[in-house]
Amino acid sequence: MKITTPLTDEVIEKLHAGDRVTITGIIYAGRDATHKRFIEALERGEPLPFDPKGQIIYYMGPSPAPPGKPIGSAGPTTSYRMDPYTPRMLEQGLKGMIGKGNRSSKVREALRRHKAVYFAAIGGAAALIAKSIRRAEAIAYEELGTEALWRLEVEDFPAIVVNDIYGGDAYEEGKARYQTTKSR
Amino acid sequence: MREIDCRKIADAVAELCVEANYRLGEDVLKALRNAREREVSPLGKEILDQILENAEIARQERMPLCQDTGMVVVFLELGQEVHIVGGDLYEAINEGVRKGYSEGYLRSSVVAKPFSDRVNTGDNTPAVIYTDIVSGDELRIVVLPKGGGSENMSYLAMLSPAAGRQGVIDFVVKCVDRSGANPCPPIIVGVGIGGTAEKAMLIAKKALLRPVGEPNPDPEVAELEVEILERVNELGIGPQGFGGRITALAVHVETFPCHIASLPVAVNLQCHSARHKEVTL
Repeated sequence: MKITTPLTDEVIEKLHAGDRVTITGIIYAGRDATHKRFIEALERGEPLPFDPKGQIIYYMGPSPAPPGKPIGSAGPTTSYRMDPYTPRMLEQGLKGMIGKGNRSSKVREALRRHKAVYFAAIGGAAALIAKSIRRAEAIAYEELGTEALWRLEVEDFPAIVVNDIYGGDAYEEGKARYQTTKSR
Repeated sequence: MREIDCRKIADAVAELCVEANYRLGEDVLKALRNAREREVSPLGKEILDQILENAEIARQERMPLCQDTGMVVVFLELGQEVHIVGGDLYEAINEGVRKGYSEGYLRSSVVAKPFSDRVNTGDNTPAVIYTDIVSGDELRIVVLPKGGGSENMSYLAMLSPAAGRQGVIDFVVKCVDRSGANPCPPIIVGVGIGGTAEKAMLIAKKALLRPVGEPNPDPEVAELEVEILERVNELGIGPQGFGGRITALAVHVETFPCHIASLPVAVNLQCHSARHKEVTL
């Protein structure tokens, strides 16, 4: 399924755990340190450095762009570390996140409540993923280096729906299908 | 007495950092291809294809395999007959990391002050350096850029000796289960049994340096590796955690004598970007 940003409720309602999508448009990238700054700004009543309504955040800090390329290698970082910040970001209107690894039940509940979706990109396929990023610009917190807030123009960025708004979870469903003994 | 100059050491480390990040080892590629053939999940197979494609792109275009180019762990085997000249050995290692990470467009992923302001050091130093003194007149340098995602899934248990072999197996399998998709499966499971707490963790990491799937030379330990691998792959976590039969490519167990009261078991997981390169000067 091809989807574009910003994400509408109409599109989100069509997405189910396990769906394979390609994303085209603008997405924002940030990870641990940037999210901490977001929450600090919200606590101080200051605006965020970008408007999150309808947008997707990609949990990613790229390697430096070599000459002639828009970005270095750019695969996902592990999402659970952003769990403490996520419900607040969803309250601000964020509609999608891309990362890897499972989210807490609190985050999954917030996804259902705010109608947002969590996608995974393939961890470690970072040079391959970089090919779908046409432009990259650090737009805030540049002093954080790789952990800055990035604005990315992506074309056919491949992702898998992990958590939809219906309670589906691609990790749980996958494991249940292939496990052959109960973990003790 | 043989002299080895710090300049030579720094240059060697720089090159190892770059090569480790760009070129996945032949043993890892072979294990991934083998996993792709054996994986039954269609999505799992596709993910393994993408991982292999990524390795090819990285090699050909001189890009890092993963954007997380790791915190550098260096294992030195310093011969007793070696005389290091031209500077300080550990400074030379760090100089090499600085150079490699700058010239190789590798990411600076290290912050000073872990619990306070966490300001990036800007050059991916300091490296974590372990030195064994050995006989001879050579310096063997092994560079292991260790990614944070897999490293965060590290575990230590000081088991009671009564827990025994079964207790060790159950603990390791539980650790892999808890980690799920986070360490970027398919993984290599490093296990350290024995020693003291930190020794167990160290040998668990050293276990990751073995060629993928090479068994421990002790048949009793090799048998344990096989059993743990089977149990791990029964979990069904699969490539990137989306379900499948191949969660781990291999289990490597290292052991060391331990105290009569102890049974330390450490688990250090390696993601599929199993990167390490070495040189002997």
